[in-house]
Amino acid sequence: MKKLMTGNEAIAYGAYLAGVRVGAAYPGTPSTEIMESFAKYPGVSSEWAPNEKVALDVGTGAAYAGTRALVAMKHVGVNVAADSLFYGVYTGLKGGLVIVTADDPDMHSSQNEQDNRNYARFAKLPMLEPADSEEAKQFVGLALDMSEKFDTPVMLRSVTRLSHSSSPVEMSAAAPPPLPAEPPLYDRNIPKYVMVPAYARQRHPVIEERLKKLAAYADSSPLNRLEPGNGSLGIIAAGVAYQYAREVFPEATFLKLGMVYPLPAKLIREFAARVQTILVVEELDPFFEEQIRLMGIDVRGKDVFPVTGELTPGLVRRYAAEAGLLEETDETTEVTTAAALAALPIRPPMLCPGCGHRGLFHVLREAGVVVLGDIGCYTLGAAPPLSALHTCGCMGASIGVAHGVARAGVKDRTVAVIGDSTFFHSGIHPLINVLYNNSSVTTIITDNSVTAMTGHQQHPGTGITLQGQQTKAVQLEKFVRSIGYEKVDVCDPYDMDNLAEVLTGHLKSEQPSVIIAARPCVLHIREKNKPPFVDPDECTDCGTCLELGCPPLMQEEDHVSIDPLLCNGCGICMQVCPVGAIIRE
Amino acid sequence: MKKIDFILTGVGGQGTILASNVLTEVGLALGYDVKKAEVLGMSQRGGTVESHVRWGEKVYSPLIEQGEVDYLLGFEMLEAGRWPLYIKKGAMAIVNRYRIPPPAVNLGKAKYPREEEVESLLKTAAGRVLWIDAMKIAGDLGNPAVVGVILLGVLSLQVGGALDTWLEVVKRLVPAKYQELNEKAFLTGREIVAA
Repeated sequence: MKKLMTGNEAIAYGAYLAGVRVGAAYPGTPSTEIMESFAKYPGVSSEWAPNEKVALDVGTGAAYAGTRALVAMKHVGVNVAADSLFYGVYTGLKGGLVIVTADDPDMHSSQNEQDNRNYARFAKLPMLEPADSEEAKQFVGLALDMSEKFDTPVMLRSVTRLSHSSSPVEMSAAAPPPLPAEPPLYDRNIPKYVMVPAYARQRHPVIEERLKKLAAYADSSPLNRLEPGNGSLGIIAAGVAYQYAREVFPEATFLKLGMVYPLPAKLIREFAARVQTILVVEELDPFFEEQIRLMGIDVRGKDVFPVTGELTPGLVRRYAAEAGLLEETDETTEVTTAAALAALPIRPPMLCPGCGHRGLFHVLREAGVVVLGDIGCYTLGAAPPLSALHTCGCMGASIGVAHGVARAGVKDRTVAVIGDSTFFHSGIHPLINVLYNNSSVTTIITDNSVTAMTGHQQHPGTGITLQGQQTKAVQLEKFVRSIGYEKVDVCDPYDMDNLAEVLTGHLKSEQPSVIIAARPCVLHIREKNKPPFVDPDECTDCGTCLELGCPPLMQEEDHVSIDPLLCNGCGICMQVCPVGAIIRE
Repeated sequence: MKKIDFILTGVGGQGTILASNVLTEVGLALGYDVKKAEVLGMSQRGGTVESHVRWGEKVYSPLIEQGEVDYLLGFEMLEAGRWPLYIKKGAMAIVNRYRIPPPAVNLGKAKYPREEEVESLLKTAAGRVLWIDAMKIAGDLGNPAVVGVILLGVLSLQVGGALDTWLEVVKRLVPAKYQELNEKAFLTGREIVAA
């Protein structure tokens, strides 16, 4: 029987079937649903870690103890976890360990589009890349076998178009392998697992030897396959790029790579001997292309396709035609149509109606402060018309950057803004740094009691685990006081007058300080209050409320109106209207 | 087995995801190979949403090429208007006659296109544009959330496939307490076009 699954669901299913018992992740688009799906299978432990590094250490520990483990993260999460990735390659492990990296070419929901295939070469471990959901399921099992056979963690790469696309998956009638009757003893092996220089020096040659064995395995592995075609063109591709190329070049001969590192050198040479021209179709970096060129084989690749953005079948066709590898298609877009399309107003993402962040950013804009920002829904505070957040680089950067700006000294007043989940992820250390190095940075923790951006995941502050168990909730206020902060206030961002007053007090103070702007995400708790309405006779059409950028507020002929279907009834617009024209019965 | 490509487009929160799930499952139930791809943007609500749904003997790419879409299902007029380059010559667009102004329009900095403008854009490729007052019909049925299922009802008559198959999938994918409402919405969608 076949069932429709997203790539992420299929990865989780494959892990379950292969006997993975321990999973850990931090949410991040497009990887989030992997651990959410895995959490639903019986007999598994599936957790949200505070960040990706912790998740990978948890997975590594489980694998050291002999259990199969799954760790998942988005591409930039691997940057956070990189330290752990590298030691795991040195030590190896006992149970299989699969690390999923879900890359985001075109940055649908990311700050960059780094190509994480480079991590495989950098950290010296094998990487697989499935091309549809069925392969995603199968590759997880193969990766675990490979992990145990070669004594190494294995990375599995996905991209947005795999993680978030659905295709049929064959359901298995077999149950996952049973647990051992008795828990095994921990395998103590100091030279293998203690990476002090003397032992680590012994391990490095093991890794180099292992890579050679993996390359030989790649040559014979069914993960890589040659698909004969007609004609002289040969295409080398993996993952979704393979699917696009398959569609555009139905006649070509293909080398479809399921194992993207190390590459199958012998197979590539055989392939090169069969075709006249080799075209490498890959998104982002020339990862295959450069390695194949180093083998002394001439290929076309990034002279045809861009290094930036994601590919689509349409783009593969267009670039291939421009490079003379395909007949030019006759599709010409009328100039008038293109111009009319470009003139259509865009619909950028924005803060939801009822979002507490809107109140906070209105107050911050009115205060005229520079806001050193972070990653989460509140990053949308940078979007017009609010335009009240001035930096966003990576998870946890806000507080450290604010401290640096304070050290450099600017005339403007500054604050750091960071979400509750992001704070637990990587905001704690920079908050300690502010105290330790004694600057007067004000940190605002926007506490909406959930990891909202990625679709409402629990975190250490919510008191609930991924698998729905009650647990101790870390209290933000108690926590920041416990590390030594004395000036701490908790405010409701719906109450903007109070928030503005508290902010003024903090900005005047020479002490390092924290404001917790607490208001649960309305989408998460499904709260909706009675929508207010605009009295058109009172409305002077001054546009002040429109500057909140709230979707239900609409410009009519000579006044503003509120769409009651979209409105969440938070009342923030009522507070900013200078003439009291927005009223609630 | 002829390939059929669909694009569903609208604004976050309008139910395009459920509709594209139904459509993909129906394809599978009718014996096609299927794929579905979604771009949800950053925002939980209020951003552009697009789903590519593909039926065929063998489907490779989850994304559809320009000029290949057999049916465009527009949940919102402006969002529908963005897709003429993807519509196959002579294919069909089914559009909910409903406006959700984007921020620039609300701020008075841009104009929302008129219905004739959206129609003329779509007609550069589409052979037929079916305007459906799905939001109004959904309101009459008592729940604006069934817009997508009404549009699927309209679509089902054009695409074909046994009514039982469509209804079975619709009922399987909606919450149990809304099964009856959604069945009614689906059948209403079919009646509009038949009429």
